[in-house]
Amino acid sequence: MTRIAVAPTLSRRQLMAAGLGVGLAVTWRPARALSDELAGALRGFTGGAPTKEGRVNFDIAPLVENGNTVPITLTVQSPMSAADYVQAVAVFNEKNPQREVVSCKLSPAMGKAVVSTRIRLATTQQLVAVAKMSDGSYWTHTVDVVVTLAACIE
Amino acid sequence: MARTLIHAPSTARKGEVMEIRTLIAHPMETGYRAGSDGRTLPRDIIRRFSCRYNGEVVFSADLYPAISANPYLAFSVVANASGTLSFTWEGDNGFAQTENASITVA
Repeated sequence: MTRIAVAPTLSRRQLMAAGLGVGLAVTWRPARALSDELAGALRGFTGGAPTKEGRVNFDIAPLVENGNTVPITLTVQSPMSAADYVQAVAVFNEKNPQREVVSCKLSPAMGKAVVSTRIRLATTQQLVAVAKMSDGSYWTHTVDVVVTLAACIE
Repeated sequence: MARTLIHAPSTARKGEVMEIRTLIAHPMETGYRAGSDGRTLPRDIIRRFSCRYNGEVVFSADLYPAISANPYLAFSVVANASGTLSFTWEGDNGFAQTENASITVA
C-alpha cells in the first residue's frame, strides 16, 4: 500500500489561510468596471474629459421590484456658491433602449445639489450618474441594480 | 391641460433652502411599446422641464423615455426675494404647460 505523499511545504495552517482567501475572493466582489455601452454614453456627456469616482452620490435601491417606477436621488457634494457649483448632472443606463435617462442643469440659486425623480429600468443593469462642476471636472458614481419586474418596453 | 401637483412653500425666510416637488400627469409613452394591434405606439413624452424664479432659470432637466409616467422631479431653490416660481413642461405633439406658485419671502 502506497501512501499519498502530501507536499511537506503545505502545512495545515497554510491550507486554512488559502481556503479563507478563496472565500474572500468569492464573497467580496469589487464594483464592476464601466461597460463599453456606459463608457460611450459617458464620453458623449463629458466630451472625452477624464472622470473621477466620488463627490456625487447616486441613491437607488440595489434590488428593484418594479422597473416601471424606480425612485432615484442624485446628491452632489458642493457648496453651490457662485464660484463653485454643480453645472449639470446626468444619469445613463446600460440596457434600456436608449442610454440617456435624465440630464439636469443646475445653478447656484438652488442652494444644494440634490435632485430626485423616478425612472424606468428595462432589466438588471449598471447605471452611472455623472456631475459636471463649474471648474470643469467630472465626477461619477456607478451602481449595479437587480430588477425583478422589468418596465414594459416591447 | 394635464393635472399637476406642485409642493412649494408659500412663505419662507430669506436665504432658506426651499424644497420643491413637482409632478405632472402624463403617460410618457416611450415609443418602444407595441399597442393591442401589434404596431409600435408613437413616442409621446415630456422632453423638457424648467423652473424659473422671478424670470431666471434656476433648474432645468431634459427628460428621456426612461423617465416614469407622470414625471416627478424634486429639487431645491434658495429663497431670496418675494415673487413667483414658474414651472414649465414641454414635450412631443406640441405639449406645453406652465404653472405658477407665488412666494413671500420675509
